[in-house]
Amino acid sequence: MAGGPNKALLAEIASRPGRDTIASNLIKWGFIAVSLAFLAALLFAPLITVFATALSKGWQMYIASFEDSDTLAAIRLTLTTAAIVVPLNTVFGICAAWAIAKFEFKGKSVLLTLIDLPIAVSPVISGLVYVLLFGVHGWFGLWLQEHDISIIYALPGIVLATMFVTFPYVARELIPLMQQLGNDEEEAAITLGAGGLMTFFRVTLPKVRWGLVYGVILCNARAMGEFGAVSVISGHIRGQTTTMPLHVEMLYNEYNFVGAFAVASLLTMLAVVTLVIKTLVEWRTGIRKH
Amino acid sequence: MNGGFRQPSILPGFGLTLGFTTFFLSAIVLLPLAALVVKATSMGWRDFIEVLTDPRAVASYRLSFGAALLAALINSVFGFVIAWTLVRYDFPGRKLIDALIDMPFALPTAVSGIALTAVFAENGWIGQYLAQLGIQVAYTWIGVVVALTLIGLPFVVRSVQPALLEVQHDLEDAAETLGAGRFYIFRRIILPTILPALLTGFTLAFARAVGEYGSVIFIAGNLPLKTEITPLLIVIKLEQFEYAAAAALGFIMLIMSFAMLLSINLLQAWGRRRLTASGR
Repeated sequence: MAGGPNKALLAEIASRPGRDTIASNLIKWGFIAVSLAFLAALLFAPLITVFATALSKGWQMYIASFEDSDTLAAIRLTLTTAAIVVPLNTVFGICAAWAIAKFEFKGKSVLLTLIDLPIAVSPVISGLVYVLLFGVHGWFGLWLQEHDISIIYALPGIVLATMFVTFPYVARELIPLMQQLGNDEEEAAITLGAGGLMTFFRVTLPKVRWGLVYGVILCNARAMGEFGAVSVISGHIRGQTTTMPLHVEMLYNEYNFVGAFAVASLLTMLAVVTLVIKTLVEWRTGIRKH
Repeated sequence: MNGGFRQPSILPGFGLTLGFTTFFLSAIVLLPLAALVVKATSMGWRDFIEVLTDPRAVASYRLSFGAALLAALINSVFGFVIAWTLVRYDFPGRKLIDALIDMPFALPTAVSGIALTAVFAENGWIGQYLAQLGIQVAYTWIGVVVALTLIGLPFVVRSVQPALLEVQHDLEDAAETLGAGRFYIFRRIILPTILPALLTGFTLAFARAVGEYGSVIFIAGNLPLKTEITPLLIVIKLEQFEYAAAAALGFIMLIMSFAMLLSINLLQAWGRRRLTASGR
């Protein structure tokens, strides 16, 4: 040992990850165990339960739950609502993003806060406000009644409430992305004589398309899954104004657990597809979405 | 529009897009919210106070805000642990877990509501073991906290994750070389860096939980004065056609949402200032 350092010992010290590895490893696996246990109880168990209960009486019962005409009506209503809400909110999101990301103007931060407002408001309030506007005792209630137009307890009310709730999602995805990408390329296009629409479709859209895809998908997931706002305004008329989430509630309260969880399993798969697309978009762009 | 309202730009479409945005925003969000404010404020001071101080209403605030606060605190602890695990450690299935964190955000609330109730009911997968310990989760206030914790989890994890990536490893290494212990490094280097993000996540989770309806009503039991949340009380008032009372309760919740939105913005501005101050 005498004379010169022990090379093996030096190499061993150099390879140490800072501290004594036993404690580091204990902490590491402790953190991982706590995280997994927490997620298992709160997230994984409920997700598995959805499918386990839906299939608890066998595949045939599961398939049969979708042959019920009220269930089919609920699926149709949900698809109709999303087909109206998502395109409108997409157009809004693109317009808002263009105005906010491309220009500097006074009151921009106020506008941004107002666009975010529906996320902070309770879904029940999102439904309540439309009842106050269009309900029998609401601002326009009497006028609507005289002209035989129904908004509350009908499709228009469900669409409005869903629109309110899913209002910010496309804009929130696009604004930070477009701000980050800057205006240089658009300004070059305009200088070279391209029109506004051409600049948007040929220059801006290709740059932000993945962000737009995720915004639209998220908006769609929230639109199809909205419960509180729609519950307040729908009136729960079976087979007519019950969307899929409301139909889940109705079947659940009738103790038809297989039926309730079967419809819930469709909504769960929608959520899974949404997350898969989100993950793909993140890989494509290398940008992390929140 | 030239009076200094906006900075000049050669890009077209400002008037059109801002006009459409403002119009759509007003029609879908602002006008309906104005109807709520007008309805609530037109009912007369005495009635207003009476609705808001009704024992049933007061009990519902206590549950809604208390459970939301507790859930946000639980999420701050476990959300930090999960974010730390995902950022600092590599283990099999890490990417999958990371992707699944957003599940409560994408999953319809009615689904998480019935699924949590099934798991935590007395005969459920987890509920049966808790029942042996004498803990009843479903149909009690604990169930409300469980549902709100699930709803708020992604907000804390997704706020803290990017902040943890910002923590400078060389600072930690330097502190360690100088003899600092693990807890000291956490308290003096890691915590200060992630504090604004953690507070933002906490506030976002709290704000979301206060207004949550779908996932709570299945697991709560909904007994007046005991397990009834404020949003449910609003729904009940509406079903009894007490529009003014529903509007008054909604108004109070709206004010709370505004306050929380404001604090989130302030917290985020604080976080940004701290980052610029430290030279990044």
